[in-house]
Amino acid sequence: MSTSGLARRIGLALAAPLLAIVFSLVITSFVLLTIKANPLDTFQAMITYSGQARVQTLIINSAVTYYFAAVAVAIGFRMNLFNIGVDGQYRLAAMLSAAIGGNIVLPGPLHVLVIILTAVLVGAAWAGAAGLLKVRRGVSEVISTIMLNFIATAVIAYLLAPGKLAVSTAGSNNIGTRPIPASGQVPGIGLVPGSQDKVYGLIVLAVLVGVGFWFLVNRTRFGYDLRATGMSESAAVASGVDVKRMVVYSMLISGAVAGLVGIPELVGAAYTYSLDFPAGLGFTGIAIALLGRNHPVGIALGCLLWGFLDNSSQILNLRDVPVEVVQITQGVIVLSVVVAYELVRRYRLVAIQRDVARQLASAGSTVQGASA
Amino acid sequence: MDPTTPAVELRGITKRFPGVVANRDIDITVARGSVHAIVGENGAGKSTLMKTLYGMHRPDEGTISVDGQQVVLHSPADAIARGIGMVHQHFMLADNFTVLENVVLGAEPRRGVALDFGEARRRIVGIGEQYGLEVDPDALVGDLGVGDRQRVEIIKVLYRGARILILDEPTAVLVPQEVGELFDALRELKAEGLSIIFISHKLDEVLAVADEITVIRRGTTVATVDPRSTTARQLAELMVGSELPSPQTTESTVTDVPELVVNGLGLLGEDDRALLTDVSFTIHRGEVLGIAGVEGNGQAELVETLLGIRTASAGTVRLGAQDITHWTTRQRREAGIGYIPEDRSRHGLLLEAPLWENRMLGHQTQAPNVKGALVDRAGARADTERIVREYDVRTPSVDVLASALSGGNQQKLIVGREMSGEPTVLLASHPTRGVDVGAQSAIWDLLRAARARGLAVLLISADLDELIGLSDTIQVLLRGRLVAEVDPANVTPEQLGSAMTGAASAAEGGEAA
Repeated sequence: MSTSGLARRIGLALAAPLLAIVFSLVITSFVLLTIKANPLDTFQAMITYSGQARVQTLIINSAVTYYFAAVAVAIGFRMNLFNIGVDGQYRLAAMLSAAIGGNIVLPGPLHVLVIILTAVLVGAAWAGAAGLLKVRRGVSEVISTIMLNFIATAVIAYLLAPGKLAVSTAGSNNIGTRPIPASGQVPGIGLVPGSQDKVYGLIVLAVLVGVGFWFLVNRTRFGYDLRATGMSESAAVASGVDVKRMVVYSMLISGAVAGLVGIPELVGAAYTYSLDFPAGLGFTGIAIALLGRNHPVGIALGCLLWGFLDNSSQILNLRDVPVEVVQITQGVIVLSVVVAYELVRRYRLVAIQRDVARQLASAGSTVQGASA
Repeated sequence: MDPTTPAVELRGITKRFPGVVANRDIDITVARGSVHAIVGENGAGKSTLMKTLYGMHRPDEGTISVDGQQVVLHSPADAIARGIGMVHQHFMLADNFTVLENVVLGAEPRRGVALDFGEARRRIVGIGEQYGLEVDPDALVGDLGVGDRQRVEIIKVLYRGARILILDEPTAVLVPQEVGELFDALRELKAEGLSIIFISHKLDEVLAVADEITVIRRGTTVATVDPRSTTARQLAELMVGSELPSPQTTESTVTDVPELVVNGLGLLGEDDRALLTDVSFTIHRGEVLGIAGVEGNGQAELVETLLGIRTASAGTVRLGAQDITHWTTRQRREAGIGYIPEDRSRHGLLLEAPLWENRMLGHQTQAPNVKGALVDRAGARADTERIVREYDVRTPSVDVLASALSGGNQQKLIVGREMSGEPTVLLASHPTRGVDVGAQSAIWDLLRAARARGLAVLLISADLDELIGLSDTIQVLLRGRLVAEVDPANVTPEQLGSAMTGAASAAEGGEAA
């Protein structure tokens, strides 16, 4: 493929998300105008605010957390599986690994490793249940993962009680798991210059998961089977792919990554799973996976955008603009990006067909298949 | 109206799609009360032309006249209003509706808010009597045979008041006897003053039924001929513009080494209905076993069972010395079973993946596509380049998406892929369906060459000439059972057609199984 072809491919890949973002900014501007706020000033304020080193750290930390959620969703999406249950998977995983991490004492790295492994196993098990239900009983994974979210909520509520896994936090009526001792904590990294704040140490793990995801999908036999199943299940079956086994494996892998969502926060800042541990990140992951086209780099950019919108919008409170405006922006981005990707996909298929026809026509006089 | 006014006149029709001209300078005159055949290879532009006439898209140049009046057709509804009706190649009927319900669907007669089925029933019976197209209006379409379904499609069009009928490859799904019945009906319609445009690439049929034949090649009309003074060979040469291929197998290469031995194979459907019953056959190295049968008699199920996609309920399958009855699809493919699927876009290709990834499909556990657990991109690409070269796949590179290739080139890629890596058995379902004549003869040559090297081939085809020409033995599959064995050396397509419908005199050309 020529360099101009490559340039066009990249251009096409970027066209859809950029269009979606511009479109959503236009919609957001209208919303701002209706509540008598100046859109340009508002955007300006958010950008200025995000220039602060402290805010940049927050953006990166949000992005790290989102990244695990979005990759977990993307693994399912690559073979047309909708893991809506990332939310339940990570909350249960974080709670149980926090409980274990707070009740054991091990040498430094090993302690962290146990916490991470617990999270991975719990997440995988919770998602694997949905996978098994699908292949054994034909239950749609959409339904089962949503229901498993509710079950996870109930299980957490049951276990996170004094006398079970929770202890009272001194000086407040919050309760949480026993705090993880220093050996199980991961120090932050001073990534943003000129700031005392540090980003989660597990940003390293996020990078590794991203590279691993890319390698698994694009370079391994397993990844080939996964993508083949996603593109055409009937063709994959005929080629010898055991689709049922693939469903279980991909749910397990998706759940394993989902289990990591809460861990950077747990071992990097909170050290306990308490009542106010962040919830709902699984759904953020779905939105970002869509925006990032299930691609590790696209997802990373999507996470940074989401982190920027979520954190820089805090300044709006000081300007009497409701922070929720940003949710409108995010919602419109997701809706329009889905439409834009489909349009670009169709355009691309037609363009390639046309190119091939033209190249063959100029290459020889005996072109076949003009049109049926 | 002057009876000599043509029913349809197409003048200078040109239709361009981005990058290609699908039709150019088409001139056709269809006389009232006649059957006008349009013949051409796959991809010659017949379907594009018919879509123009049926209002599915507008021509870039040229004019359409109906009954002497120049018209502009914006949609099929316009065409129907002008009395033009289309019978599609693939039936568009709802199986769980009755004939009556299917016919009125979309044109429901109303009395107030209620449907007036009484009036509709009267008209359907009337159409049946007038044109000799009798079908029970209350029969469930799902229970009807292919010939009856086609009759329903024609009635549907007549019910909407069509005086000009477009039939797109109407005989493709019929056995010879049903073709005869269709032609009787067409003559009846013609006698009633209707005009019929008959699209086909089966030349004998066209010669038998048409009053005039227009040949289309590479998007343009090359000749209009009188069937009484034209032979099939002349027509074919007009269509192809060159010498013709034929599927004759030269000499037998059958050995006495059994390669695929199927014994008492049974398969049950979801409702425990028997889809295959007691199917037994042996294919030797270097032998082509043809399976003849009207579509839907268990061919697809047989192939899927042999491939391990479906699980047999009885019987055994042996590959060489091994019992593979309980093997998975992957094990079977690794053991050397190649597969040319009936529906290449559903079962044979990843349309939105590049050619080199398609080369891996079905062989994704084997060299040169993988090294251990990793994809060997360089190896797969290099081998795809080889297939493109050796099998004459017309493509600018191995990086284009499979969907960008024409059907014939997609098929050549599949054939090349399945012939790679020394297969021992090839399951070939309709290996030349939907490909042009050039690709067809190339695929026949490849199958013959592979057979000579000792490949055992199970060939399923609706093209009886292909089946007779390539097979060493033919078995007839009817309702999931092998009912007759036929010697391809002395059987005619008509005799084979009889056997396929289960007529008593089944295997005149050979001994009964």
